[in-house]
Amino acid sequence: MQTRPGTRPRRATAKSGRPGMWSIRGPLSRNQYWLFAALGLLVPLGLWWIASSGAAVDKVFLPGPVDVFNRLVTWYTEDDLLSDMGISIYRVTTGFLFSAVIALPLALMIGTFRPVQAVLEPLTDFIRYMPAVAFIPLVMLWVGIEESSKISIIFIGTFFQMVLMMAEDVRRVPLAQIEAAQTMGAQKGETISLVIFQAAKPALLDTLRVTMGWAWTYLVVAELVAANSGLGYSILKAQRFLQTDKIFVGIILIGLIGLVMDQLFRLAHRKAFPWLHLRS
Amino acid sequence: MSTKISIQHVGKVFGEGSHRVEALKDVSLDIADNEFVTFVGASGCGKSTLLRIIGGLEYHTAGDVLVDDQPIMGPGADRAMVFQHYSLYPWLKVMENIKFSRRLKHGRENLTSADVEGASGRADALLSLMGLTAAANAWPNQLSGGMQQRVAIARALMGRPQILLMDEPFGALDAQTREVMHDLILHVHRLEKPTLAFVTHDVEEAIYLADRVVLMAPRPGRIDTIYEVPLPAEREQDMKHTPEFLRLKKEILARIRETSGMKTDQGMLDQLNMQEAV
Repeated sequence: MQTRPGTRPRRATAKSGRPGMWSIRGPLSRNQYWLFAALGLLVPLGLWWIASSGAAVDKVFLPGPVDVFNRLVTWYTEDDLLSDMGISIYRVTTGFLFSAVIALPLALMIGTFRPVQAVLEPLTDFIRYMPAVAFIPLVMLWVGIEESSKISIIFIGTFFQMVLMMAEDVRRVPLAQIEAAQTMGAQKGETISLVIFQAAKPALLDTLRVTMGWAWTYLVVAELVAANSGLGYSILKAQRFLQTDKIFVGIILIGLIGLVMDQLFRLAHRKAFPWLHLRS
Repeated sequence: MSTKISIQHVGKVFGEGSHRVEALKDVSLDIADNEFVTFVGASGCGKSTLLRIIGGLEYHTAGDVLVDDQPIMGPGADRAMVFQHYSLYPWLKVMENIKFSRRLKHGRENLTSADVEGASGRADALLSLMGLTAAANAWPNQLSGGMQQRVAIARALMGRPQILLMDEPFGALDAQTREVMHDLILHVHRLEKPTLAFVTHDVEEAIYLADRVVLMAPRPGRIDTIYEVPLPAEREQDMKHTPEFLRLKKEILARIRETSGMKTDQGMLDQLNMQEAV
């Protein structure tokens, strides 16, 4: 078989023994990574644009990227997009923070003391299967229809999963690390604060990052409760008026905010736990 | 020499009912001050459990364990333990790991300023003793397995424990690194004079390091034989090839095999031996 000139560089790399990006768990340079990441975003965007530009497709059924962008602009200029985003971010982060602040000490106790685990884990496991949406009438009854009710829904949707995952993070701290401290004379409190908590921190931050995403998925549910602003509320209202383009804007914005927060968590992880990010 | 650790008719039962396992039965042993004792035996003989009982990390269900004639009550700084792995704190740099006990209330009690300065000097001394001076500011996960274990040993020595308990500390290291560690730990034993109890599954290691080798047998876990090591106090690698060393090694290995109670293993080994004989 003859070798065409164009194929020679590829053969050269194969000869050098350097594994290509398509070898199993092969390497990918930073530039290549961003190239593929951009592809992953631009290709669906292109497909969407092509699919929506056909004359056969009704705008109500599938608005194009341009329609959605225009709607974004009018939402920003005429309908106070920023305050919708602000109130939604406020609700999600407040519900999430309440959840985190209560879940953390509980998880430390569950993961450290077996009686606490026996009391709380089956109960939590039971509650977490209850659908957060179904709590809406109860929340309205008990908490009212103020801001606190929306925050409560996000709390209910996030808290129980968060406790269980964090307790698991705490339980995964290697026993040898705990016992080493004990044989150096560490008291119970010192073992928890200086070893167990410190050792679990990176995993706990990862759990926070993941559950933050879940908190966002409960936004639309939370804003079912007597809201008159917010991204989730706007999506619900747009549905009533068949403003499909606005639904698109709302969904995409929630996705983007989630992406930004996810990246902030990852950045915090790199800054806070440098020993876990030595090779990059 | 006075008795440092006195183990008297110690028994240990894990689990309840049908899950009941007798890990140790009527184990008695006196370990002298500054003695180096190694524990070997087939898996399930309870050698690690016995070490953990001395360390206060497990409780015994029968008998007594006395340290300086006092019954032990849980773990304490007088009995530092070195584990096989995963015991370093990855969020602390090497020097901070070694100084960890200084963060504890226990380590800060009744301290004079001279003690504080002394401690800093001691950390430096341990660092250089272990050949870690260049790694003082490294993260543990940047170090090789051998270096990580040296950090763990230095950290255990920091609080000047009277007893050092080592649970297969070199089990995960390669053979060359292990030999270096053997001479290092003997050096530490001469220098710091702790009483040393050391669990291993490597018979050569057990003989080379110890004043006495305690062979334990499984089901139930018990002491089978105690061997005095017929080597001079100052050990050298060449001694591993002397006839008395090899004889003892062969004897201990044979006894471990006999007591292991694994018929299939025994059958397989007999078969291999026959093949060798041919």
